[in-house]
Amino acid sequence: MSIEVKNLVKEFDGKRVIDNVSFKVENGETLAIVGFSGSGKSTILKLICGLLSPDEGEIITSKGDIAMVFQYSALFDSLNVSDNIAFALHERKDLRNKYTEKEIKNIVTEKLELVGLKGIENKYPSELSGGMQKRVSFARAIVTEPNSILYDEPTAGLDPISSTLIENYIVRLKDQTNAASVVVTHQMSTIKRTADRVIMLYDGKIVFEGTPEQMLLQNNEYTKQFVTASLEGPMHMISEN
Amino acid sequence: MTNIHAILSTGLTFQFNTLHGHRGQKLNYFFNISIAQNKLFLYNSAMGTLQKYYKQSATYKIFSGIFEKVTEFLDTLGKITQNGIKTIKCILKLQIDRKELTEQCYRFGITSLPITLSIVGMTSIIVASQVALEMVKQGGGNFVGLLMTILIVREVGVIMSGFAIISMIGSSLASEIATMRVTEQIDAIKVLKVNPICYLFVPRILAGMFMMPPVVIIASAVGVITGAITANLTSGLGYRAFFDSAWLGIYMKDLGVCLLKALVFGGTIALISCSCGYYANGGAKGVGKATTKAVVWSFVAIVIWDMFFAIAFFF
Repeated sequence: MSIEVKNLVKEFDGKRVIDNVSFKVENGETLAIVGFSGSGKSTILKLICGLLSPDEGEIITSKGDIAMVFQYSALFDSLNVSDNIAFALHERKDLRNKYTEKEIKNIVTEKLELVGLKGIENKYPSELSGGMQKRVSFARAIVTEPNSILYDEPTAGLDPISSTLIENYIVRLKDQTNAASVVVTHQMSTIKRTADRVIMLYDGKIVFEGTPEQMLLQNNEYTKQFVTASLEGPMHMISEN
Repeated sequence: MTNIHAILSTGLTFQFNTLHGHRGQKLNYFFNISIAQNKLFLYNSAMGTLQKYYKQSATYKIFSGIFEKVTEFLDTLGKITQNGIKTIKCILKLQIDRKELTEQCYRFGITSLPITLSIVGMTSIIVASQVALEMVKQGGGNFVGLLMTILIVREVGVIMSGFAIISMIGSSLASEIATMRVTEQIDAIKVLKVNPICYLFVPRILAGMFMMPPVVIIASAVGVITGAITANLTSGLGYRAFFDSAWLGIYMKDLGVCLLKALVFGGTIALISCSCGYYANGGAKGVGKATTKAVVWSFVAIVIWDMFFAIAFFF
């Protein structure tokens, strides 16, 4: 087991955003979390990686690092690509003196090759396209050899081809690192290509749990509405209520 | 159609269905047997109505506004203090990024110098042009240098440099860190298990403390020199007369307090600016708010510090 979430509850200003959510993700497995905007998907990721504290419940993770790929990459815009990837190796207390500058350089090159980007070490994030920024943030996330990788809408705002490229990298990283991965997404292509299991959130609760195939075939009114992108169904946007 | 619930003390519920645009009213009567429920509803309705009118009153708005401001003030003060303590802890653990510190020292010391020198120099010209001629006319020409030096070394040099650094460096620190916050860069730092206080606050605060004293010394020297030139041009006062009396006004204590003030102001400006940026939220508007807050708080803080220094050393 790499990530286990038990009876998780999180409230903001008295509103329950995550309501008694439980799931497990094993090593080498990818779980996709889907649902409407504001259904608490990103909050779950922030709770898992420790950016937020749960009000109730517990999160158990295997020993080791948790990495996160942010929705808008969150690259440090004052640092070049090389320094972005090597950030943890330079700044983290336990890693600061572990590697020589030459070793760090080699690690950066290796990680950049892994995400299909070579020779852009000296470029700044503002000089890269959205897809390239995403891939650099992948490289930054895996530099500490994490046990778990969290992806917050990794294909949002990308064209279909770039999305496919990113989805391939998610699969490749999972295969190479055997990490437990959690992917928050809205896109069906990302679910189909990357996920082993899917959970669907609505109003902070899990309304569906199963494989991507079950999500498409099963007669669940929530997944049906999500897959068909229909306005008719049990789920309503907040503005419609 | 509007439904108006009116509750009678007897425990009966009447519902009036009023049609808009009609003078005639259609009344439907409902009998509710639950007296307790109606009393509770009556109480809630009465309190709700009272609250509604009270909330619209000027008194409520004034007091709630004051309460909100006081809460916000205490919240900000608490966060700044907390970050100050965390920064000291990082410094004591020697968790200092030297490369970042050098960059921030350059930012504080070199990039702020032109504006700081201009502001202190021009303030000195303004003061000297106002007082030099009058003092020479009144026979106090020998004291112009002394007055200008005391004024610049004790107050004008350090406080004007502080204002210049707030407007130039403090605002840029706040907006930089606020942008990092709203673009999730600070979250990324945390996820990578790097202490954001050690990485962001420590080099900036140390740079403020290290670089503000030399900036103030240079600015004060420029202020005294421009004061002498202005006095000479406006009143014909000789440079020798000016500088002879200037030396009389300077004591080691004045220089010491000036440097101490510069050190404290530099640290305070950096701490407040970083803290205001660190807690920004809400996109571009949040960045703007954080920057404004950093500038206002820094201005007020250095004036308060200045008052404490004046009371502690010159009272």
